[in-house]
Amino acid sequence: MTARDQIFGDIRKALKRAAGEPPLFEVAPLAAPALRIPQMDRNLYADLFVQKFESLGGTSFRVRNTSAVVPAIAELLVQKHAVASNSPFLRKCGVTGLVQVHAGFTDRDQLKEACAAADIGITSVDYALAATGSFVMLSSPNEARLISLLPPAHIAIVPRSRLLANLDELLSILPRPADQTSSMVLITGPSRTADIEQILVRGVHGPGEIYAVVVDEE
Amino acid sequence: MNAPEADIQQAIDDPRLQLAIYTATGRLIDHRANVVSAEALPHYQDLRSEAHAIKKHTIENLDYYLEQLESNVIAHGGKVVYCRTGQEAADFVLDLAKKRGVHMLVKSKSMTSEEIHFNERLEEHQLEAVETDLGEYILQLAHQRPYHIVAPALHLTRYDVADVFTKELGVENEVVIEKQTKIARNVLRRKFLDAGIGVSGANFLIADSGAIVVVENEGNARLSTSVPKIHIAIAGIEKAIPRAQDLAVFLNLLGRSATGQPLTVYTSFLSGPRRENEIDGPDEFYLLLLDNGRTKLLADPVKRQSLYCIRCGACLNHCPVYRKIGGHNYPWVYSGPIGAIITPQFHGVTSDTWLPFASSLCGACAEVCPVKIEIPKVLLKLREEVTEARRKSDSDGLERFAFQLFAWIATHPKIYLLLASLGSIFFPLTPKIGPLKKWASQRTLPEPAKQSFHQWWAARRPKS
Repeated sequence: MTARDQIFGDIRKALKRAAGEPPLFEVAPLAAPALRIPQMDRNLYADLFVQKFESLGGTSFRVRNTSAVVPAIAELLVQKHAVASNSPFLRKCGVTGLVQVHAGFTDRDQLKEACAAADIGITSVDYALAATGSFVMLSSPNEARLISLLPPAHIAIVPRSRLLANLDELLSILPRPADQTSSMVLITGPSRTADIEQILVRGVHGPGEIYAVVVDEE
Repeated sequence: MNAPEADIQQAIDDPRLQLAIYTATGRLIDHRANVVSAEALPHYQDLRSEAHAIKKHTIENLDYYLEQLESNVIAHGGKVVYCRTGQEAADFVLDLAKKRGVHMLVKSKSMTSEEIHFNERLEEHQLEAVETDLGEYILQLAHQRPYHIVAPALHLTRYDVADVFTKELGVENEVVIEKQTKIARNVLRRKFLDAGIGVSGANFLIADSGAIVVVENEGNARLSTSVPKIHIAIAGIEKAIPRAQDLAVFLNLLGRSATGQPLTVYTSFLSGPRRENEIDGPDEFYLLLLDNGRTKLLADPVKRQSLYCIRCGACLNHCPVYRKIGGHNYPWVYSGPIGAIITPQFHGVTSDTWLPFASSLCGACAEVCPVKIEIPKVLLKLREEVTEARRKSDSDGLERFAFQLFAWIATHPKIYLLLASLGSIFFPLTPKIGPLKKWASQRTLPEPAKQSFHQWWAARRPKS
């Protein structure tokens, strides 16, 4: 008997269920998913996001339009090597054109090398969550996983229109993220640990510094 | 096995350890309290009820949801491997590593892999498995098992860590925690970049998506699941939930209950290998679904709720027993109240018979459990089973003899009266001598009456 057959056999025997039997709802009902989306003015999302993001230890900038992005982050890039994602929004903001910024990767190994050596990773986001100050990033040709992960600092350029209220709203928009991507990650604050004496230390394995640039008009 | 009384006494007598446990669990208690209060999370109690209902439904229809999960993992290009035991899981990984020529793998924190002694099994065959969670890495170097479900190195101080690093990594003695963290980051960064396989656990398995969810704070799980070309996730079959949208309930509870975070730093939804046009991510994805005794817990309607656990560790932090005796005095990797109910069920009630009794049934665990597992109720059920097994096995001859003796005395009135009057004389002495001394040291015994009922009745009876 295969392991699969035995495990399913044991489960069905214990639960007194037959193979292929649909779930029973009488004894253990399953209600519709409980999503709680607060009713609030969408214009306030950016304020709330910035407040939460900073309380986690992030640094944020509010800019009016795309042309204000490069000036906002210029100081962070002085004497630094950065890797940027292929997001069209970054190109529109002029980030990928900067001399310190290396972009346009399509090869995994080259990307990995570059990210491991870079000081800063620059990405856009697919969404951001106001209630928790989180970035939501879906892996795609535009957004690789490693840019927000390997360098010690991460800058995310966040179009204000991508702000959602909370996790529940995200799950109402993306009821099954796996249909679109192999990886969706919620990033809520800088990498941290409290494994030694419960003392908080930032930047264990992921970026210890994170920055958000919220752009009002795309 | 009997309770490790000497070890427990040692833990209680160690002021440094007591302080470490008390402070760390105390902080976790406070952090949780701040984020589940009525002001911070008005619907907290509703979430708990919803989480319980979803888990109950899933566990009671587990075969259905596992089949759905399996077909969706395959649809996204992943493979599902069923493992009856830890050995089967290790054998699969060893075989795959051999085929792909992999000599080293990186691991993110997984209690399930601790449960099956995954690293030891691989290292017997010269496959190096490197723990990458900071706490787990320290413990791997120190050759210890986790002290706590979410804070594995809770019992160690910075000075302990300095000694471990000096001894095992050959670095200068370093007692500044930030610098210790940096040392670990540098050593492990190289491992991430070189490893051929990344192994993770899974906090949830989403049936309708064929996805796994991994929550963490350090980024080591993201690295383990994103950098190496092969990702293997190991999870118990009970981790299934029906829909991705159910995470609105579970993620709002897990981080808050564990560390007081509304969301942990990284929450990864992962499904299958990287898609055709994605730049990075693994080329191969395997989901190892482990039984290892879980199916044994399913039959009993009261006890099966032990499988609802989402491993937040809140019951440990709030347990007066855990907070005194610490994590290593529990016989298995799962400690605290949840360990006390799942260990006897996985290992059989006759293996650690003391465990279900090592509780005052104060109920703190059930009160904080985010999925409302009735831990005291399960403990009582297990006590019943332990007692029943003892009675059947007749191993406790002394107890049986004592009851037989009592039955005989109680049915012979003259002897009963004689012994009762002797008893009222000698009874006050028993707590000070003999086998009852220890038991009585924590209890106040009632004074025997000066006059027995028989004597009282005889005195009142009219002398006609």
